[in-house]
Amino acid sequence: MQQANTSQRSVPATRKSGARLAWIGRAFLLALALFAVIVLVRSFFDNPQLFAQIVISGLQLGFVYALIALGYTMVYGIVKLINFAHGDVFMAGAFVSFFAVTRFQLHLWPAMVFPNLPPIVVTVVGSITVILLSMAVCALMAVTIERVAYKPLRTAPRIAALITAIGVSFFLEYFGALNFVFSPRFIPYQRPFDVVTWYIFDGIHQVMPGQNPPQGSITFSNIAIIIMVVSILMQLSLQFLVRRTRIGKAMRATAFDKQAAQLMGINVDRVISITFAIGSAFAGLGGVLYAIAYPSINTLLGVLPGLKAFVAAVLGGIGSIPGAFVGALIMGQAEALTAGYISTPMRDAIAFTILIVVLLVRPTGIFGEPEKEKA
Amino acid sequence: MRAFKITSLFALAAIAVSACASAGGTGGDIKVAILAPLSGPVPTFGVSTRDGALQAIDEWNAKGGINGQKIVPIVEDSQCTPDPALNAAHKVIDQDKVSFIIGEVCSKASIPISDYANSKKIIEMSPTSTATGVTVDQNGKVKDYIFRACFIDPFQGKVAAKFALGTLKAQTAFIMLDQSNDYVKGLAEAFEQAYTAAGGKVVGKENYTGKDTDFSTILAKVADAKPGLVYLPDYYNIVNLVTKQAKEKGITAPFMGGDGWDSPDLDTKAADGGYYTNHYSPEDTRPEVVNFVKAYGVKYKDDKGQPKTPDALAALAYDAGNLLFTAIKDAGSTDTTKVRDTLTKISFDGISGKITYDADHNPVKSATILHVTGGKVVFDSVVNP
Amino acid sequence: MELDPLSLLISIVKIAAVMAWVYGLLRVMGHASKWVKIGGIIALFAVVQLAISINVGDSPILNNFDTGLLFQACTITMVSLGLNLIYGFNGQFSLGQWGFYGIGAYAAADITYRWTNGDAAGLLVAGIGVILIGVVILGLNRFLSRYRGLPVLSAFTLYLIGVIIAGVAAYYIGATLGPMLAPLFGTSDVPGILRSDLALQVVFVLAVFIAGAFAAEVAFLFGLPVLTLGSDYFGIASLGFVIVVNTLMVNSDTILPFPEMKGGRGMVGIPQVTTWFYAFFFLLLVIVVMRNIIHSSTGRAILSVREDETASKAMGINIANYKLLSFVTGSLFAGLGGGVYAHYIGFLSPGTFDFLIGFNPLIIVVFGGLGSMTGTLVAGFFWMFFLEGMLRVLLGQLGTEAPTWRFVLYPITLLLMMLVRPKGLLGSVEWGFLKRPVAPRRGGNDSARGPAGVVPALK
Repeated sequence: MQQANTSQRSVPATRKSGARLAWIGRAFLLALALFAVIVLVRSFFDNPQLFAQIVISGLQLGFVYALIALGYTMVYGIVKLINFAHGDVFMAGAFVSFFAVTRFQLHLWPAMVFPNLPPIVVTVVGSITVILLSMAVCALMAVTIERVAYKPLRTAPRIAALITAIGVSFFLEYFGALNFVFSPRFIPYQRPFDVVTWYIFDGIHQVMPGQNPPQGSITFSNIAIIIMVVSILMQLSLQFLVRRTRIGKAMRATAFDKQAAQLMGINVDRVISITFAIGSAFAGLGGVLYAIAYPSINTLLGVLPGLKAFVAAVLGGIGSIPGAFVGALIMGQAEALTAGYISTPMRDAIAFTILIVVLLVRPTGIFGEPEKEKA
Repeated sequence: MRAFKITSLFALAAIAVSACASAGGTGGDIKVAILAPLSGPVPTFGVSTRDGALQAIDEWNAKGGINGQKIVPIVEDSQCTPDPALNAAHKVIDQDKVSFIIGEVCSKASIPISDYANSKKIIEMSPTSTATGVTVDQNGKVKDYIFRACFIDPFQGKVAAKFALGTLKAQTAFIMLDQSNDYVKGLAEAFEQAYTAAGGKVVGKENYTGKDTDFSTILAKVADAKPGLVYLPDYYNIVNLVTKQAKEKGITAPFMGGDGWDSPDLDTKAADGGYYTNHYSPEDTRPEVVNFVKAYGVKYKDDKGQPKTPDALAALAYDAGNLLFTAIKDAGSTDTTKVRDTLTKISFDGISGKITYDADHNPVKSATILHVTGGKVVFDSVVNP
Repeated sequence: MELDPLSLLISIVKIAAVMAWVYGLLRVMGHASKWVKIGGIIALFAVVQLAISINVGDSPILNNFDTGLLFQACTITMVSLGLNLIYGFNGQFSLGQWGFYGIGAYAAADITYRWTNGDAAGLLVAGIGVILIGVVILGLNRFLSRYRGLPVLSAFTLYLIGVIIAGVAAYYIGATLGPMLAPLFGTSDVPGILRSDLALQVVFVLAVFIAGAFAAEVAFLFGLPVLTLGSDYFGIASLGFVIVVNTLMVNSDTILPFPEMKGGRGMVGIPQVTTWFYAFFFLLLVIVVMRNIIHSSTGRAILSVREDETASKAMGINIANYKLLSFVTGSLFAGLGGGVYAHYIGFLSPGTFDFLIGFNPLIIVVFGGLGSMTGTLVAGFFWMFFLEGMLRVLLGQLGTEAPTWRFVLYPITLLLMMLVRPKGLLGSVEWGFLKRPVAPRRGGNDSARGPAGVVPALK
C-alpha cells in the first residue's frame, strides 16, 4: 500500500477517473441479485405451497426480530451504544412470564377472581396481564442497568460503555444460569394459552392432533398472527409516541444533539431512562411471544435473536423505527429462504452478506438519514 | 538494572513458594478429578455429571472408602471447550496430582484431555463422550489409559435402525441433524448407514444448527416427504422445540432419537409417541437402579424442592465413578497401570447394564429403548449387542 | 472445603512474577546498549525455559498448567496487539479478530497435518498460493492506483477475481510440482530425505507465517469494502465475519473440501510442536514489528486517522489505505497467533472460535488501555493468569458448587474495572521498549512534542 501512496503522489495528473470502472461493481451486484432471483423464482414454481410455508415462518421470525430491533434502534439512536445486554433483557422477559405462569398461575387470575367469566376472556385477560408484568419487569431492569452501569460512563470513552454492555450481558446470562436463579437448564416453557394451528386447503380448517393436514396445504398458527398483529401495533404506537408526543420530541432532540437538548431544558437523563424503559418493555414483550412460539427457554436464549435484531436495525437504518421494522422483516425472510433453499448453516452468512451489500450501497441503511459530519 | 532485580526477586519468590507447595499434601486420600462443563454452552450436562459422580463418591466414602482410603473429589469447570478443558486437566494433573479423572462430557473437550492424560499415564474415564477419537488416536492406536462408560455412536445407531425397521416397521425415514454438533452428526451417520444397509429408505436429510429455534422450514419439508419415521438424535432442548412445532403442524410420523433425549425436562406431551435409545431406564426394577434413583433424589432437589430424577448423564457419571473405584479396589492399588489392566478385564454390573470393555476401550453393554407415551417415559425393550 | 491461603499466595506471586517478567522484558528491550538488549532478552527467555525444565521435587517449577497458561497468554496477546493496532491506534472498531485467529489456526494446522501425513503438496499449494495472491493484490493495487475515485465495489470485484485466479493457479502449480518433488519430501510410505524432526520444525515456522499471510490476505479482501462502512457498522459486519468463519469451520468437511478438518468434530492429530521458544519468538516478533510501525511515519499516519479523518485527509493522507494497512497487519498478527495456538493445543474445534469467546481480545485491549501496547501485553498475561489460573485454583477449593460462579465473577470484575478506570489499566502509558523513542535533539522547542513515551490518548 505504500507504493500506491507514492505513485499517487508522484503522478496526480495522469490518473484516470475511476467512475469509468463503476460498471464492474454494478455487474457484480447484478450477478448476485440475479442469482438470488433465479433461485427464488425456480423454487417458487417448484413447489408454491412449500414456498408460501417458508415465507410464513420467515414472517413470524421477522416480526419477533422487529420487536427486539425497535429497542435496539431507540437506544442506539439516543446514546450511540450497542446495548449487548438488550438480548438478555429479552431473555429475562421470557423467564418472568414463565415464573408468573408456573409459580403463580397469573394467567388464570381472572378465573379465580370472577369464576363465571367465559374461558376466552380469562385467557385473553390473563395472558395480557402476564405480558404486561414481563414488560414492566424488563423496563425496570433496564432502567436499573442504565442507572448503575451506563450512566456513570456517559462522559467516558464510548468503548468503556460498550465493554460494560458486554459485561452486563455476560453477567445476566451466567448469573441467571446459577442454580438458585433460573438454573442453566433448557426449561420447557409453559404457555399461558394454547397454540392452535389452521391449514388452508379448500378453505381454512383447524389442525387436529394426530391428523396430517392434506398434501399441499399451508399451515399457520394463532401465535404467528398474534406476533404479527402485536408487532405492527407496537410499531405504530411507537411511531406515534416519537412523532407526536412531548417525550417523543425530547427523544428526537436528545438523539440529534445531547448537549443542545440539555441547553434547551430537556432532562436528558430522564429521556434516556425512558428510552431504555420503552425499548426494554418491547424486548420483554418480544421475549414472551418468542417463548410462546418456540417454547424452550434457557439463559442464553437472547444472544442470537439479540444479535440478529441488531443487524436488522442496522440494515434498516439505525435510529429509524420503520427501518428497524423493515430490516427485521428482511432478516426473517433471508433466514427462512436461505434455510429452505440454500442450506441452513449458511443462513447467517447470507444475512450478513445482505447487510454488507446494503450498507455499501446505502451507508446508513435502508431508512437511515445521512449522517451528519462529526465534529 | 532495576528490572533485573525485580524480575529475579519475583522469580526466586515464585520458585520458593511453589517448592513449598509441591512439598505439602499427599496424605492417604485418593484424589479424583471431576471435569464437567459447569459453565459454557451446556452447563446443565455438567451439573448432572458432577452430581452423579459425587453421588458415587459419597457412597464409597460412606462405606469407608477404597481399601481404607477416602476419595476426595476435585471439581473443575471445563466448559465443553478445548482450551479451558485442557487447562483444567493440566491443573488437576500437575497441580493437584490426581491420577484419576472422571469427565469430560463433550467429545471436543475430552479429546485434548485424553491426549494429555494418556501421555501422563493418568486414567480418564469419560462418562458420555461418544466420539471414537476419545479412546483411539488418529492412527487407530488405542489410548491406553482412556476409557468411557457410554456406548458409542455406531452401536446406538444400529440399535435404532433395527428397532425402526423391525418393531416400528418404518420403511422410510427422514433425518434431521445438527452439523456443528459432533454427537448428533455421529449418531445420524451411524443410523443412516445401518438403516439403509438393512433395507430402509432415507427420504430426506436436513441440517439445522444448535442455536436454531425455528424449525418450521425443515418441518414443512418433513410434512411434504411424509416419512414413516423422523430420526432426530439431538438433545432434549432441540427435541422439545422440534416435536412441539411438528405437533402444531400436524405431523404424525413418530420421532426417534438417542440418549440426548433423556432428561427430566423432556417435554413428554410434545414428544408423545416418540422413541429413544438410552443407557438405562429410571423405572428399571433392578435393585441398583432403584437404590440409585432413590439416593439421588434424596440428595438433589430440583427448583421446586421435588427429588430430582437422575438423567442418563447422571447415571453414566455414577457408573463411571463406580467402574473406576471398583477397578481401583480390585487392583488393590492406585497405580494407574494396574488399574488400567483391571479395567480392561472388568465385568461390572452398573446402572446402565453389565459392562465389559472391548479392545478399543469401548464398553460392551445393552441399550434400552424407551417410549414416550401418555405424558410419561416408559420402558419398551432392551437390545443386547 | 476451605480456602487454602498458601495457594492464594502462590497465585498472587505467580501473577506478580509474570507482570515483573513483562516489565523486565520491555525494559531490557528498550536499553540503549545492544549487548544488554540481546543478553537481557536471552536471559529472560532462559529464566522461563529453565523454570520449565528444572524439577523441584517431582515436578518442574512451572508445571504444565502454568506453561499452558503462558502459551495461551502469548497467543491471545498477539491477537490483542493486532486488535489494538486496528482499534486502539487506528480507531476501527473490529470484532472480527477472532475469525482471523481461527483462520490462522486452521490454515497452519492443515499444512503441518498434511506434512506429517506425507502430503507435502499442502505446504506447496499454500505457500505458492499465499505468494501468488500477495503478488496479485499488490499488482492490482499498483494498477488501480491509476484511477481516481474508484468505486469500492468495482475494486473489490477485481481483487476477488484476481485472487480466485491466483488461487486456482496455485492449486495447479502445487499439484503438478508436488509429485515432482516427492523424492525430496517423500510420501507417507517412503520418507524423503527432507523428512526429519528438524524439517518439521522448519515446516511449522513456515506454516505459521503462511497462515498469518493468508489471514492477512483474507483481511484485505474483507476489509476493502467493509472498512468503508465506518465504526459501528464495521464492528457489526466483522462480528458477522466471525460467525461466517465459524459456520465454515463447522462445515469444513461438507461445504469446504477439507475432510481432515472433520467439521464440527474437531481436527485431531496436529503435531504439538509449539515450545516456549516459538511462543516467545513469535510474541517478540509481533511486539517488535508493531512497535516499529507505531513509531514510524506510517504509525503517525495511522494515529492521525484515528484522531481526525477530515484533517488527515487534508494533510494528504490516504485514509482508506491506512485503515486497510492497519487492519491487514492486525489480522496478520491474529493469524500468527492462531498458528502458534494450533500447534500448542494439537486439537482444533469450531467451539473455540465462537463469537462469544471472540470478545476476549477486545476486553483485553480495553482493560489494558486503548492505544497502549504495554497495556495490552500486561492485560493479556494478567487476564489469562487471573481468570484461567487464579480463579480456577481458588474456586476449585471452595467446594463443588463454586466453579459455576466463575463466569459471574468475571463480568463483575469487568464492570467494576470500567467504572473505576474507564480508560483501562494503564491508560496510554508505555514501558521501556515501547515508549516513543526520543529523537536526537536538533535544537528547537522540545516541549511541543509532549512528554516522551506517551501516545496521545483517545478522545
